[in-house]
Amino acid sequence: MTPVERQIGDVLLDASGISLGFGAVRALQDVSVEVREGEILAIIGPNGAGKTSLLNVINGIYKPQSGHIRFRGRERRRYKPAEVAREGIARTFQNVALFKGMTTLDNIMTGRNMQVRSGLLAQALYWGPALKNELAHRLAVERVIDFLEIQSIRKTPVGRLPYGLQKRVELGRALAAEPKLLLLDEPMAGMNVEEKEDMSRFILDVNDEFGTTIVLIEHDMGVVMDISDRVVVLDYGIKIADGTPDVVRADRDVIEAYLGVSH
Amino acid sequence: MLYRESGQFKTSYVRDQAIFPIAQDRWGLFLLLLFAAVGVPLIANEYWLGSILIPFLIFSLAALGLNLLTGYAGQLSLGTAGFMAVGAFATYNLVVRIPEMPILLAFVLAGLIAAGVGLLFGLPSLRIKGFYLAVATLAAQFTIEWVLTSFGWFTNYDASGVISAPPIVILGYAFDTAVSRYLLTLGIVVLLALVAKNLVRGAIGRSWMAVRDMDVAAEVIGIRLYRTKLLAFAVSSFYCGIAGALWAFLYLGTVEPQAFDLNRSFQVLFMIIVGGLGSILGSFLGAAFIVLLPILLNNAAVLLGGQVRADTLSNLELIVFGGLIVFFLIVEPHGLARLWQIAKEKLRLWPFPY
Repeated sequence: MTPVERQIGDVLLDASGISLGFGAVRALQDVSVEVREGEILAIIGPNGAGKTSLLNVINGIYKPQSGHIRFRGRERRRYKPAEVAREGIARTFQNVALFKGMTTLDNIMTGRNMQVRSGLLAQALYWGPALKNELAHRLAVERVIDFLEIQSIRKTPVGRLPYGLQKRVELGRALAAEPKLLLLDEPMAGMNVEEKEDMSRFILDVNDEFGTTIVLIEHDMGVVMDISDRVVVLDYGIKIADGTPDVVRADRDVIEAYLGVSH
Repeated sequence: MLYRESGQFKTSYVRDQAIFPIAQDRWGLFLLLLFAAVGVPLIANEYWLGSILIPFLIFSLAALGLNLLTGYAGQLSLGTAGFMAVGAFATYNLVVRIPEMPILLAFVLAGLIAAGVGLLFGLPSLRIKGFYLAVATLAAQFTIEWVLTSFGWFTNYDASGVISAPPIVILGYAFDTAVSRYLLTLGIVVLLALVAKNLVRGAIGRSWMAVRDMDVAAEVIGIRLYRTKLLAFAVSSFYCGIAGALWAFLYLGTVEPQAFDLNRSFQVLFMIIVGGLGSILGSFLGAAFIVLLPILLNNAAVLLGGQVRADTLSNLELIVFGGLIVFFLIVEPHGLARLWQIAKEKLRLWPFPY
């Protein structure tokens, strides 16, 4: 499982000194995380440790009270999710956040909407460049559909799909955007072993074939230790460990806070 | 057995993304349009054309406009009639003040002016959602009505505040008969319906539906909420504006601001609820339903027991409307369009149950 041939590159995303609070609740305190190009980084920690908050800061939903984020060498000034997405960060949510009234195909096509360049009039006519553009995006989306092996549900409204497939469609929507950095918030929550294996394989394949850098939150320690290159551990909004799975697994603080210790 | 797509293979994405991928649907629509353009003018009399079919088409257009905003983009609006009024009065002023203005261009410009007004009243949608937004659009409805009534300039200082549409002449041809006005309305409505369909099946439509279904996820995937919502307001108001202009110029001939009151807004809202939210077809079905229902009730009453007093009838109409809306909200929130879709799915398998 050790990825020998994969190249871990330079720092892609550098979040330093992030602090975030909601009133008296301090969700993140001076958390610094570096994500390197091409790696799979897992964020773990007990409930309420601030994992999702950290993802929300990274993709611009929350603006931290202090701290800086540099992505692809550029300092972030505006915390707007749509703009962050355009810089190349995509994500999936802990609770499936699909567009329920739309089909699988349309959901994944939406992932490419920000790359659509044709204007209102061209689209109104559905002709010429607009049509060409639409078909090019369709082709890209079909590749994602093939990759995730969901051809058979292409035209099914996502509301009718079982949970595991919805998660896969959501991953597809994020992939369609061709992100540099992919954030996955508990991609395997509520799945059975077989579904988890499928999802793990997809995550590894995405990383391998597209070279996408992945940050994921996951509770299943087996999965985390298996697929991630590096693990960051949060507890009560503070980073308590950061290192390879083996190092983290042996860390005393981590064992105490999260993995459990036999007294 | 007749309605089946077996043997029709789609070998390209263009074919797969066609509006009607199934050949029977294409033929059905073609025949329907042929009938509407050739058959109807031959068999329908003046009353049917002028008092039922033209308003039906115009209502369909208004419903289409509201459906783009409410059904597709998920922004509830009660200002439909207000935007229709903007379209009607803008056309009137363009035609009256610029004598050489071609009427079709005036319609388009009026639509754009309505779009601008819609954009303005859509600004609150960036901050508020749902019922609160509905109240904000209610303000649009009342403000527009008030402005058009209070300032004589808009009605060209007519003593009674009524505008009278000048005769419509396009390229030297006068549209003075019911048939010609019907055909002109039909042409405009069909064209705009096609445009609407193109918009909703493309990237813009997907953005609208994404914002409707889950705005946070839409934003995270790179859709700019404010732009998407404002575009929906503008396009929707464009449609409503054109509908209003047609209402004044091709249907009534004379119109006052009160013709576009809140009741009209509700009427259009009912159309899309009954017809089907988020459906182009639903806009037409809903408009047909609400235009035809009073006539049907009237005839049914006559058949059942002779004369019914006019006030009883209009009350009866309200009762039936109310009942139907409750019925649709509970039983089939996707309206008549959904029923049609279910019927088609069943028809594909007929005579087998599944």
